[in-house]
Amino acid sequence: MSAAPRVEYQTEPSNYRHWKLRFDGPVATLAADFDENAGLRPGYKLKLNSYDLGVDIELNDAVNRIRFEHPEVRTVVVTSLKDKVFCSGANIFMLGVSSHAWKVNFCKFTNETRNGLEDSSQYSGLKFLAAVNGACAGGGYELALSCDEIILVDDRASAVSLPEVPLLGVLPGTGGLTRVTDKRHVRHDLADIFCTTTEGVRGQKAKDWRLVDDIAKPGVFAQTVAKRAQELAAQSDRPAGAAGVALTPLQRTLEADALRYGHVTVEIDRQRRTAVLTVKGPAGAQPQTIEAIVAAGAQWWPLQMARELDDAILQMRTNETEIGTWLLKTKGDAAAVLAMDATLLAHAKHWFVRETVGFLRRTLSRLDVSSRSLFALIETDSCFAGTLLEVALACDRSYHLALPDDAARAPKITVAETNFGLYPMATGQSRLGRRFYDEQPALEAVRARAGQPLDADAAFALGLVTSNPDDIDWDDEVRIAVEERVAMSPDALTGMEANLRFNGKETMSTRIFGRLTAWQNWIFQRPNAVGEKGALKVYGKGDRAAFDWNRV
Amino acid sequence: MSAINYSEKIPNNVNLSEDRTLQRALEQWQPNFIHWWDDVGPEASTDMDVYLRTAVSVDPQGWAQFGHVKMRDYRWGIFLNPGDANRTIHFGEHKGEKAWTDVPGEHRANLRRIIVTQGDTEPASVEQQRHLGLTAPSNYDLRNLFQVNVEEGRHLWAMVYLLHKHFGRDGREEAEALLERRSGDANNPRILGAFNEETPDWLSFFMFTYFTDRDGKYQLCALAESAFDPLARTTKFMLTEEAHHMFVGESGISRIIQRTAQMMNELKTDDAGKLRAAGVIDLPTIQRYVNFHFSVTIDLFGSDESSNAATFYSSGLKGRFEEGKRTDDHVLKGLTYTVLHVQDGKLVEKEVPMLNALNEVLRDDYIRDSVAGVERWNRVLDKAGIPFRLKVPHKAFHRNIGALAGVKVAPDGRVVSDTEWQARVDEWLPSAQDRAFVGSLMGRVVEPGKFAHWIAPPVVGINRQPVDFEYVRFN
Repeated sequence: MSAAPRVEYQTEPSNYRHWKLRFDGPVATLAADFDENAGLRPGYKLKLNSYDLGVDIELNDAVNRIRFEHPEVRTVVVTSLKDKVFCSGANIFMLGVSSHAWKVNFCKFTNETRNGLEDSSQYSGLKFLAAVNGACAGGGYELALSCDEIILVDDRASAVSLPEVPLLGVLPGTGGLTRVTDKRHVRHDLADIFCTTTEGVRGQKAKDWRLVDDIAKPGVFAQTVAKRAQELAAQSDRPAGAAGVALTPLQRTLEADALRYGHVTVEIDRQRRTAVLTVKGPAGAQPQTIEAIVAAGAQWWPLQMARELDDAILQMRTNETEIGTWLLKTKGDAAAVLAMDATLLAHAKHWFVRETVGFLRRTLSRLDVSSRSLFALIETDSCFAGTLLEVALACDRSYHLALPDDAARAPKITVAETNFGLYPMATGQSRLGRRFYDEQPALEAVRARAGQPLDADAAFALGLVTSNPDDIDWDDEVRIAVEERVAMSPDALTGMEANLRFNGKETMSTRIFGRLTAWQNWIFQRPNAVGEKGALKVYGKGDRAAFDWNRV
Repeated sequence: MSAINYSEKIPNNVNLSEDRTLQRALEQWQPNFIHWWDDVGPEASTDMDVYLRTAVSVDPQGWAQFGHVKMRDYRWGIFLNPGDANRTIHFGEHKGEKAWTDVPGEHRANLRRIIVTQGDTEPASVEQQRHLGLTAPSNYDLRNLFQVNVEEGRHLWAMVYLLHKHFGRDGREEAEALLERRSGDANNPRILGAFNEETPDWLSFFMFTYFTDRDGKYQLCALAESAFDPLARTTKFMLTEEAHHMFVGESGISRIIQRTAQMMNELKTDDAGKLRAAGVIDLPTIQRYVNFHFSVTIDLFGSDESSNAATFYSSGLKGRFEEGKRTDDHVLKGLTYTVLHVQDGKLVEKEVPMLNALNEVLRDDYIRDSVAGVERWNRVLDKAGIPFRLKVPHKAFHRNIGALAGVKVAPDGRVVSDTEWQARVDEWLPSAQDRAFVGSLMGRVVEPGKFAHWIAPPVVGINRQPVDFEYVRFN
């Protein structure tokens, strides 16, 4: 563990140092005004709206608050309050002083946040409009790329650019290359020029090359943005008159070796380099009507659990990098989870339920891309059913305890309708689909048993769990599996796990993560970037990068 | 084929008549330049014959030929200082290597940016000054204004030459864009903020040519050191002309002070109201103009800690002022420089890597030079027996760039509260009333030998002509 202070992902608008949120009916404005003296770590200044993890933590929080607290918002305008600068991307000096692990974790989170904008546009009708009112470089342009549309001010100076390759000897780390091609369909040779030109492209050419959707002169920029924001809003079905649900602060206790939330607990075993992450199912009477659900708000079990799980994942990823294996457990009444699933589906069209499902979808997706070995332990009193079965299905392996002599106490899993597509992975598949390569016989066999509690042998027979040791074998089998796992190279495991988890078709999202892992993380390690004379190291100091010219 | 007789119409020492690259570029650009001149050049000047200095070659006889010409027929030329085929790079990481005669691909973007930024200021100042001819204080001053204007035009040509010659299609597009941006047009502004401000009156004009053209001098001096030889040679030649602009500014302010001092002695008063009533500009108002123009101009040097500055120096694109006369290693790694920032409400010094502080180094060189001219103004007061002394404000005063941006600092260098700033800003910077008063003095005096009441005549004329020479003929 590093001696640096714990990174905290929970915040709220009154604590923001970098973003200004403004609401005007169906349009929210998220304005970048990064405080250069409020970097998360010492050693760099966030000049020219350049960002670090702290800035993105606020962005993530702000978008969640728009999703839940402002259902009336249909378009989010992302813009800048700085003169002549929209956003100049990730702070280079921050990257220069950061460890490789920090950079990768930072890029992963920023990717998740940007993918989250697209996720909300696709599933919740929340549209994002980048109002690029100044220089827009690197990560700044990548943020704009993750919006539905980009309007660039045509003041003969402001350009969009991805200067990472020519200036820093690295790649754009948050999907820039992939979105330029896959999303915006910029011709590859023009993209080649764009990505090797430090000054970027401005004005009409930026529009001609499809780098932006529209350009507007400074004098008409505001009204062009406002008009387009309204047009995008008209495409949305977010409710006009609904009251929002406040995302109240999470109730939790952070201990040296544990994170304790209402429904989620993480207990760290530093000796073994493992953590047990336990999710508790709903207990007691749960709201049935939409009024009661909204009244429960942030305390509604699915939302509270999702927020807690999300925070736990982020905390563990950032602050506990040596804890390489997570053992995932559930605790509670499977029937209650299934009842909650039924409620989710019954009200799926209601904005609040839709947003809650979205939060669950993105949180489970976070689990998929976490660079940790994930083992599910399905034990007595667990409730791996429906939505919570997704946690087991997300894991690299699952161990299901068999109790041949005690059928009543034998732990069971239950497949439900929610496992067949409510929570797609980045591949667009359900986790069941991923598991069985979308092969119909296997999926049909599983579907035929939907709703039925399955013990270890039944689950094993259907291919839903990895292993079904009985109570005599359980302790040793699980212990040995974990001990074996934690002894392997963490780098190799990260690569292998990502390969095996994302085994299906590629989508833009998987390419963004996959290419980040494969290319950027390689380049980030190479002397040409981070050696004493690497481009990233010497940037801004007046030193010239010295490259090893051998192509690899 | 060509509509232009190059050697006649465009004086040059770049072998224009045999350079097809340049010819093609200029055939397109030259008519657009004339169109730009007609459009936003000096107002109502089309029919005037102006006694102008024209450079027809770079030797001592050729660079300053005088005669009456119509400005749109001015022979804007292209000149490089004579080259030295064996010149080596004398600073940065390429130190000791042969100077570049072509743009290295690696430095294309930065060089283009430097040239475009410099080039953009040239037409910008012509645009800023275009109405001043209507309120000239004398025929002599009108001519000086126009001389400055045509030379800014020629400096634009110099930068456009580099873009055309060395940057291909990209360069041609940038050269066009230099004619398309407009000073003060919110939709289409000039690149640097100070070049989008108005030059509303002649006091501002003289201040601008003294302070802001001196920034130009320092930038050009730094570029004259460049490893890119054509840039070094063209900026060196531009410097010979820049000197006249600063002369216009320095002597203009000097003559205003002289007139004010004379009136103070005649009326035996230093009361601003009485002096204003007598039609001259009181010294505190002049001081406030100094404060304004000095502070706005030193912002032009850029951020006090800058990664671009480090890159530009190390890669040999831009040196320091008089790089060759300095005695350090000309690589500067490991050296530090002192910059100012605010800590706990106080200005404190801190040491930063010198490479990153090169904007500040150039700014400090500039400040030393500016102060010297202000002292020469004070000698005019001294001679007249007036105890008032002008001085440049503290460098932290009224700044908008770098670590000092937005910090409220009095001209004497004290960090002050917002309240004190608000209460006293009209003592420190020209107020709307000051500007209105100065504006009210502006009227047109063009009869040879006559001068507006608020400014003294010069001691000598231009090119040894008498002061009452008809420098500008109205047809």
